[in-house]
Amino acid sequence: MAYSDKVVDHFNNPRNMGSFKKDENGVGTGMVGAPECGDVMKLQIKVQDDTIVDAKFKTFGCGSAIASSSLATEWLKGKTLEEAQKIKNTDIVQELNLPPVKIHCSVLAEDAIKAALADYQKKSETK
Amino acid sequence: MKLPIFLDNHSTTPMDPRVLEAMLPYFTEKFGNAASRNHAFGWAAEEAVDAARKQIAKLIKADAKEIVFTSGATESDNLAIKGVLEMYKEKGTHIITAVTEHRAVLDTAKALEAKGLATVTLLPVDKQGMVSPEDVRNAITDKTVLISVMLANNEIGTINPIKEIGKIAKEKGVLFHCDATQGVGKIPVDVQDMGIDLMSFSAHKIYGPKGIGVLYVRKKNPRVRIAAQMDGGGHERGMRSGTLAVPLIVGFGKACEICGEEMAAETARLTKMRDRLQSAIMGALEETYLNGHPTNRLPGNLNISFAYVEGESLLMGMKDIALSSGSACTSATLEPSYVLRALGVGTELAHSSIRFGLGRFNTDEEIDYTIKKVIEVVTKLREMSPLYEMAKDGVDLKTVQWAAH
Repeated sequence: MAYSDKVVDHFNNPRNMGSFKKDENGVGTGMVGAPECGDVMKLQIKVQDDTIVDAKFKTFGCGSAIASSSLATEWLKGKTLEEAQKIKNTDIVQELNLPPVKIHCSVLAEDAIKAALADYQKKSETK
Repeated sequence: MKLPIFLDNHSTTPMDPRVLEAMLPYFTEKFGNAASRNHAFGWAAEEAVDAARKQIAKLIKADAKEIVFTSGATESDNLAIKGVLEMYKEKGTHIITAVTEHRAVLDTAKALEAKGLATVTLLPVDKQGMVSPEDVRNAITDKTVLISVMLANNEIGTINPIKEIGKIAKEKGVLFHCDATQGVGKIPVDVQDMGIDLMSFSAHKIYGPKGIGVLYVRKKNPRVRIAAQMDGGGHERGMRSGTLAVPLIVGFGKACEICGEEMAAETARLTKMRDRLQSAIMGALEETYLNGHPTNRLPGNLNISFAYVEGESLLMGMKDIALSSGSACTSATLEPSYVLRALGVGTELAHSSIRFGLGRFNTDEEIDYTIKKVIEVVTKLREMSPLYEMAKDGVDLKTVQWAAH
């Protein structure tokens, strides 16, 4: 199973890898997956006026998982919260040319996006 | 130094040029069928096969007449297990084997069990992957007809106490099969001393060609009989029909001869390189764990788990080095290595493991390059890892509630 060029590119040049400061305002964090499954993704969004101005990721997982979450942060930047909800795992599969055995990595990335959005929603409600 | 580097010598090995040279005449010049009794082409082929039998037998301290050629160790395992069960079924149908055996043994035993032709006891292993002779003894019943325990494990390199198990088998009158595919030619094997009755091994793990294996079948004390699984012509004393693959057999013989002559020097060299690789990696990186026995292991084998980093991404980052991993992501079934799980390593560390398999043609320069790359890639991936981040923050990962899907 050779990796697609795009997956390799995201692996070698991950976009937006890292974390926001712990006490930073306007940040939603989604953490999905489990170490026993070999896949854990942490996705963070920084929101201003309902628009995602920045995003960061950290991933424990295979090349496809890393690429899926890196791509997710690229797509999230500049989107509104509503637009971000619409990102589907199938878009990720298509963009990265993921083979069937790696589709679940894209599903996890979509879960991570939704978790980050939900977390931001919760935080802004309790303010 | 040529890239990519091959450090996956447990999966297969490059052929030794001397082996290839020995094989070549048997493709186009001495191409006869070894079973053709009536002409010079057949006689030449038969002579070559006999010579190879002797070379192979010498390496394992057996008699040439006890060598049965097969298509590989998988077939040898099948032949040993199915052949014994069929032949001795009046005595019983109980097999004892271990959880860390190769699929060729486990799946064969399982298949027999599914057909109602055998009951199987799977012995556990200790934290370092060793089978306990006492466990074997305690599992034997009066219906046991076969014990099958491997000499050395292909993933973690741990060498089992074969001689002790052989003694118990002899004491209890149970046949003892040993899958020695990873050990023959690398560590001394003596079927007499070790009390082995049947033994599987193949050529492509010891710098010989793919497609040829041997089942050693003991002729004396006791005389072992097996039911053939391949019928038609009665080759190999009726135990395995089919025209002999003469060039491959010649290659196998030559490979065994070279192993016998060079084993001591090669073991010393490989052990030194492997130990250097091990201490450099484990010295430079924190939270690395050796899988398998620390000293009782194959000279060229190293298996390390790198906490917080997943195996397939590690392999991807070291794309110009050929290695393998126990991670689920690298397996066709998306299951993490069952061998590592049997050690009680924990699935997370199983996903984080890398197997290094050093061999005859690896150089110090390649090891230097590998050390550098491993440290570089593990460091980079830990930067990218949310688990590493949490651990550094003092979070006990075992207490986290994961939102697995």
